Amino acid sequence: MTRSHTNAVEVRGLVKHFGETKALDGVDLDVREGTVLGVLGPNGAGKTTLVRCLSTLIVPDAGTATVAGYDVVRQPRQLRRTIGLTGQYASVDEKLSGWENLYMIGRLLDLSRKDARARADELLERFSLTEAAKRPAMNYSGGMRRRLDLAASMIGNPAVLYLDEPTTGLDPRTRNEVWDEVKRMVSEGATVLLTTQYMEEAEQLASELTVVDRGKVIANGKVDDLKARVGGRTLKVRPVDPADLTAMAAALRETGLDGVAGATVVPDEGALYVPILADEQLTAVVGLLGARGFGIAHIGTHLPSLDEVFLAITGQKTTVSDALPEEVAA
Amino acid sequence: MSTATTTTPLSKAPAGAPAPGTGPARALPGEGRIGLRANLRHIGALARRNALQIKQDPESMFDAVLMPIIFILLFVYVFGGAIAGKGNNDAYVNYVTPGLMAMMGMNIAMAVGSGVNEDFKKGVMDRFRTMPIARSSVLIAKIVVEVGRMLIATAILLGMGFLLGMEIKTSVLDLFAAIGLSMVFGASLMWIFILLGLTMKTTQAVQGVAMLVLMPLQFGSSIFAPPTSMPGWLETFTDYNPLSNLADAARNLVNGGPVAHSVWMTLGWSVLITAVTAPIAVAKFRKKT
Repeated sequence: MTRSHTNAVEVRGLVKHFGETKALDGVDLDVREGTVLGVLGPNGAGKTTLVRCLSTLIVPDAGTATVAGYDVVRQPRQLRRTIGLTGQYASVDEKLSGWENLYMIGRLLDLSRKDARARADELLERFSLTEAAKRPAMNYSGGMRRRLDLAASMIGNPAVLYLDEPTTGLDPRTRNEVWDEVKRMVSEGATVLLTTQYMEEAEQLASELTVVDRGKVIANGKVDDLKARVGGRTLKVRPVDPADLTAMAAALRETGLDGVAGATVVPDEGALYVPILADEQLTAVVGLLGARGFGIAHIGTHLPSLDEVFLAITGQKTTVSDALPEEVAA
Repeated sequence: MSTATTTTPLSKAPAGAPAPGTGPARALPGEGRIGLRANLRHIGALARRNALQIKQDPESMFDAVLMPIIFILLFVYVFGGAIAGKGNNDAYVNYVTPGLMAMMGMNIAMAVGSGVNEDFKKGVMDRFRTMPIARSSVLIAKIVVEVGRMLIATAILLGMGFLLGMEIKTSVLDLFAAIGLSMVFGASLMWIFILLGLTMKTTQAVQGVAMLVLMPLQFGSSIFAPPTSMPGWLETFTDYNPLSNLADAARNLVNGGPVAHSVWMTLGWSVLITAVTAPIAVAKFRKKT
């Protein structure tokens, strides 16, 4: 990061109860200016509550939070000038066209009529929505809706952008569209707080991660550090003949390679799960199995799921390479 | 992941992170306050939104366009003879049309409640609430557009009234005064229904409760029949019913007759209703999560 290390968002000991439920139970986090912080956690972890506190929609019960130096409780009006909100809930008016939505938001942000018009045109162009500008947003596809959402949050050039599960419910192609837009915004220097349930999304977009569960931060750090800790990818190999499984696992164990040696047989699936810590290991595993003459019917890698990440973080007494395949097999 | 309760940072919090509350002191007293001009601009932008919604969904104007036509025809021809005497439908037009103006106001105002309730189910409300605008402007914009709808309904009602033989026995200015009074009272009623819309969980519930309030107020009034024809207790009720006050005021403004009492009563009710319900509605809107 070449940017200054000033924190755009600072959260200390944030608490929010809903009746008996502690939605936030003392959360601390920082988002440095010009970086993307991914807040990773399952449903109900408190991610949306966090975003709602940070966007002044709800008032926290305890703790402090500042955005661009403004306190969420004491300076909500100034704070609202510095943020943009997109995602699960914040949205556009479906009955209005894309252009009318952006124009309205421009006017609400005190742009002159002329500037609001120009800004609407500019952002529609930028998010490839010019052709759909005059159509009501309710007729937009899922991806177009999210792009319009993003455009709407960018009108005021916010100092911090909140993306609350921006791709939940989108198909893979549309998800990639949204990711591309977010990546572009980030490359232009946006500061983003992103919440997500998907390790893959966090890996694609975020530079740093905070993992939350039940209103608490259970880990934080650079995405790469976390990945190393969790054990990177898992390779799934299905032999032509399931009888080969045990022999294959034994062969991999003999390599003594960190990760790979933890290969586990999952008889139900007729497959072998191999933790992969680096690309070279992938080559080595495939090469070895080929050299030994095992017939392979299927091969594929997948990133650790949220479950696996959680297990790796919270089941910290066991080593990652042991914990992972067990979770996969479960 | 069921044991996920302990914090295990991979790295320490960024070194030199300022302690809470020591961020740049950019906030000055009064900064961030929304000025009157900005407030009007915001209300304008939001009213434009509400008007565009109607354009996109013309069916939402059915009530404002059809209700006055259907009601005036029903009352003049179905009840007119019974109330004013057979063959006296013409005279009843002059009696009932100003009263129906009051009723239109109430019926349109009722729609605001379900509108606000619907709005809250959509994400766009969250966007408004995270923007640097006065939160009341969202509600005021709604009222501005609904008063517009009320004017359209009233214009259609009066057009029908004139077709059916209504005459202005005073002056056009008096008629305008009657329209203005209906708008003022209608706008004050909207705060009640906005409050209802913000309180109830479902749109259906809002409509149900609204009807429950509406029916006795409408029929226990001087809108359709002179209260002197009612039992004593009901007559007393109609005397204090603001809809009666408004109907009497509008009627006497158009047909001639004492107006001071009913006009003042109507204005008094309007101020009272607004003063009580508007602040509660805005506060509720602000807190709603």
